[in-house]
Order: sequence, then structure tokens, then C-alpha cells
Amino acid sequence: MMRLQLVKRPQHSAFFSAVSPLIALALTMIAGAIMFSVLGKNPLDALYYYFIDPLRETWSLHELAIKAAPLILIAVGLSVCFLSNNWNIGAEGQFIAGAIAGGILPVVFPDFQNVLVLPLMLIMGMIGGAAYASVPAFLKARFNTNEILTSLMLVYVAQLFLDWLVRGPWRDPGGMNFPETRDFHAFAILPELMPSAGRANWGIVFALLAAVILWFVLRKTLKGFEIRVLGQSPRAGRFAGFSASHMVMVSFLISGALAGLAGISEVSGAIGQLQPAISPGYGFTAIIVAFLGRLNPLGIVAAGFVLALSYLGGEAAQISIGLSDKAARAFQGMLLFFVLGCDTLIHYRIRLVGLSVAKTGETGAETNA
Amino acid sequence: MLESVLITIATAATPLLIAAIGELVVERSGVLNLGVEGMMVMGAVTGFGVAVTTGSPWLGVLAAILVGAAFSLLFGFLTLSLVTNQVATGLALTLLGLGVSGMIGEAFIGMPGVKLGTISIPVLSEIPYVGRFLFAQDPLFYISIVLVAGVSYFLFFTRAGLTLRSVGDNHDSAHALGIRVIAIRYAAVAFGGACAGLAGAYLSLVYTPQWIENMTAGRGWIALALVVFASWRPWRVLAGAYLFGAVSIGQLHAQVIGVSIPSQFLTALPYLATVVVLVLISRNRRLTMVNTPACLGRPFVPAR
Repeated sequence: MMRLQLVKRPQHSAFFSAVSPLIALALTMIAGAIMFSVLGKNPLDALYYYFIDPLRETWSLHELAIKAAPLILIAVGLSVCFLSNNWNIGAEGQFIAGAIAGGILPVVFPDFQNVLVLPLMLIMGMIGGAAYASVPAFLKARFNTNEILTSLMLVYVAQLFLDWLVRGPWRDPGGMNFPETRDFHAFAILPELMPSAGRANWGIVFALLAAVILWFVLRKTLKGFEIRVLGQSPRAGRFAGFSASHMVMVSFLISGALAGLAGISEVSGAIGQLQPAISPGYGFTAIIVAFLGRLNPLGIVAAGFVLALSYLGGEAAQISIGLSDKAARAFQGMLLFFVLGCDTLIHYRIRLVGLSVAKTGETGAETNA
Repeated sequence: MLESVLITIATAATPLLIAAIGELVVERSGVLNLGVEGMMVMGAVTGFGVAVTTGSPWLGVLAAILVGAAFSLLFGFLTLSLVTNQVATGLALTLLGLGVSGMIGEAFIGMPGVKLGTISIPVLSEIPYVGRFLFAQDPLFYISIVLVAGVSYFLFFTRAGLTLRSVGDNHDSAHALGIRVIAIRYAAVAFGGACAGLAGAYLSLVYTPQWIENMTAGRGWIALALVVFASWRPWRVLAGAYLFGAVSIGQLHAQVIGVSIPSQFLTALPYLATVVVLVLISRNRRLTMVNTPACLGRPFVPAR
């Protein structure tokens, strides 16, 4: 009988910090290959369609950028939350809130058409997302309410509210009763970067900008230091005069605004109208992106493309070898598991020891000493 | 009328109750498993699948319990043996569960299900007003009540229960006393997983005997909120679950009667109620401080 034993490293391993996401990816591919063979598919074919095929054509790379943009935007914001030990898991709701707030202009005031519309929409989207995120943040700061549960509950509320809007007051009057709003007019559409080559729009630029700015803030400014101190040791943070409840608001507002920007960019870019379902779970997948990127904004950019690839690969594998697109979700879940498991290597050495020695008494005595 | 309303409340409350009572034991041992939703949905899909293929709902229930427990051990291995962050790992379990169940369940969409029948106890079930509510229910209803009583007795009247609570309140002292902290936490996590699996089976074998993707619809999260609401006390979980059952049934009845409020707003009620209840409970800081297991969510690495 063997047992795992963790030995704390004197300091965290720089080697494993860099390598652990790669190990996790490799392990996920192995586990995925096993899963695909259990499903009766050739695992090599499946992996090819998942990870290589979507990268072969220019238009497909554009699609990759479209999928990566919201993931990166949301995950970069979440990294601020997670680093400061605030668990915003309601980004999906903030994404929807941003899409709704930004959608007010083109849907309710369709006659207001000029160059101001798009910038206003983007700003309103950010405000909408931030406002929606401020609810769990305020409740945590003021009443000490668990932000994990409240932010998650508000996801369901946002989804239902959007559903009501597009079936009720915002339904397209000329839309044959389909549950969708009118198409956004030309001034409300996020322009494509290279229309001749593919559909990728300005969303990916926003995402990269956000990542670079937040990387700078987190690494090079006092605010970034404050965020990390409060996350790692709230007590030390208090002694330094940092306020934890202030940080709850700041981190939630940043991540809410970025999720809202992702939401309005998605509907004004890739979709072009509001529908009952505007996100294939971006807000939740972004949690995986944030951890795969080791909560570092630049790492998150890379991780965003990996997860975007899993969405596209899921579609490609469904079309080409009839593998259910649901497999992509399972794949993403496995990836987060492996990422978290491999991160242990950064702080601990793992040893296998036999169970034969009477260990409990011995270690207990040492603890007391 | 009253009796049938009570019965429908019980069907809405029972899955919440079963999942929450399992999570209560997990949290009492100092572990926060946010993967309830994922374990529940895995229980729902296996329960349904096994019941449909074998024709026996009981085999479905058993499979759901086993799968829930096995699935929770994934979380246990990561958080207990590899000391990963419990919040993140719990989220991972939920995402994985939703993904895997969607994949497995694709074959079952639209299939007619097998319903677990009711058991009525002669004579007692004829008591006016409450007889059918208390004594002519599905078997999992009885099990849920027995679970609450059993967990309450175990935690507060047995030595093993005291040990489990001591692990949750101070794992360093418990370890120094020679208590096997990690082993006890593994057992608690597996119990929580089994309960969540059973709760999932309730959804797909009793509540709506069919498979719908994501059919747990946030119930796992509401169960987590119930544990906080109940301030980690088993009988208060029962009260909380029936309160939530009443809210969700209330909105269903309102939709049937045709109250002129959009159905989406009524459907949102249980989620909003959860937020309101959490705020009311957490406002009272002393109450939560006294009852929260002191080591909840804190990693434990035995010193050498």
C-alpha cells in the first residue's frame, strides 16, 4: 500500500510554474484520447480535429479569435478577483447584463444612428456588467454574504431576464414571432478587422489590450501589489493599510466591466442582435482560462486561445467524425482538474511512501515539538 | 387541496434536502465542496440511464449513489491529497459533471423514464390532511427524513460524530491527538457525493422521470446555500429545504393559475430568494461565526 506525501518546497518552483499548465494540457489530451476511444472513435482522429484542423485555414483562425476574445476579456477580469481571493463565478450573468445594457441603444432607439452609437454601446455594456457585479460585491462587503453563491444565483436571474426581454418587450416587431430582437443597424455593429479574410472583429483587440493593461497594473503598480497581498494574506494586507472590503468592490467592478464588454462585443460583433442564448458558457469556461493562464494576464491570452480551440474543435469533430459537441464541455472540465492538480507541483514535492511505518504517532509528536 | 400542495412541496424540497444534508457533513469536516451541482447532475444521468436500461429504478438509485461518491472522490483526491484550492476544485467538479453528463445523456434525451413508485403505509396514510403527505410518499422522501435524523444523531450523539466535528473545527489539534484527519475528510466527502448522487436520482426518477440536459438547474448551488442558511444544523436544513420547496412550488402554482407576471420572473424567484436569505443570515455575523466550522475550506498538510 502506497501513500502520497507532500513535502513543502522552501520556495515555489519557477520551473513548475512555467511547465505545469503544459503538463496539464498533455494529461488532458491523454485522458481525452482515452475518452474518445471509449466513445468508439479513433483517438488520434479526434485529437486532430480538436486541435489541428481548426488551425489550418485563415477563416477558421478568425473564428478562433472570435471565440477567444470573450474568454480572454472575462478571464483577465476574473484573475483580478481570484488573485485577491474574491470568488466571482457569476461572469456569465455579467456578460449577459453587459449585452442587455449595451443593446438598449440599437434595440430601443433604432432611429438613433450615427458614429456615437457604438462607443456608447460599449461603455454602457461595461457599466451594465459592472453594475450587475456590484450586487454580490456590495453584499459581501456590507453583509459578509458569500459571493460565490450570490454571484452564481444572479446568472440564472440574468438569463431569465434576457429570455423575457427577447420574447416580450424587445421582440422584433417584424420578426415572425421569433424570440429575438431586431438586427442591430450598421452603426451598432462592431467592425471586422479584415472583412476579406474572415469574421474576426475588434473584440480580440479589446481582449489583448485589456490583458496588457492588467498585466501592467498587476505587476508594476501599487494597486497590483495590494491585490496580491490581500489575496495571499488578508492579515498582512490589513497591517499595510489595505482594505479588504474596498478590494471586493474594485475586483468585482473590474471583472464585471470586462465581462460586460465581452457581452456587448459578442452581440454587436459575432451575433448582431439579442437572442435568448448569447453565450455557450463563456463566463464559466473563462474560469478554466483564468486558472490555465495561472492568473497571469499574458498567460491568460494563451489559455484563451487553447479553450477557444476546444470550442471550435468540438464543432469540427462533430461535423467530421460525428463526435458529440458535448464532449468539448467534458474536455474543458477535465482540463481544469489537471491544471489544478499540476499546480500542486509548484509548491510541493510529491513523494510516494509505504504505509507500513506507524506514521501518525511519529508525525503527531513532531507537530507538538 | 392543502394535502396535495404539501406533497408537491415535498417533491421540490426532497432533492434539496438530500444534497444539502450530505454537504453539511462534508462542511462539518472542514471541507467546502462546491461541486454539488456536478455530482448531482451525474447522479441524475446515471440514475436515469441505469433505470431505463435495466428497467429497475432501484438499480438506478444505487448506481447514482455510487457514481456520486466516486465522482466526489476525484475532488477528494485533489483537495485532500494534492491540497489544491477547494473553491476552484469544486467549480472544476461542477463544470466536469455538467460536461460529462451532457455527453452521456445525449442518448437518453426524449426517452420515457421509469418512475420510482410511492409506498403508502396502511392505516397511517388515511389520517386526514397530513396522512398522504407523511405516509404515502416515494421511498426517497422517507430516506431523506431518516438521513436528517441519522446525521443529526451521528454528529451530536456519537463519538465518531464528535471526531468529525473536531476535524472540521481544528485540524491541527485533531491531528496532534492522533486522529486521521485526511481519512475522515475522505469519508465525509464520499458521503456528500453519495447524497448528491441520490438527490440527482430523485430528480430524474421521481421529480421529472426523464433526462434533460442541466436538469439540476442550480439546485446543487441552492443546496449549498441551504447549508449556510441552516448554520450547519441538520434539522434547520430540513426547515430550509421545505421553505425553498414552498417558494418554487408557489411560483409553479402561480404560473398555472395564470398570474399576470411573466413566467421568467416567477422562475427567477427561488434564485432571488436564495440571495435574500443568504443576506439575512450573513448579516448576523455572530451567528455565522459561532456555527461555521473553523477550518472550512482551509487546506491541511500534515507536518512531518
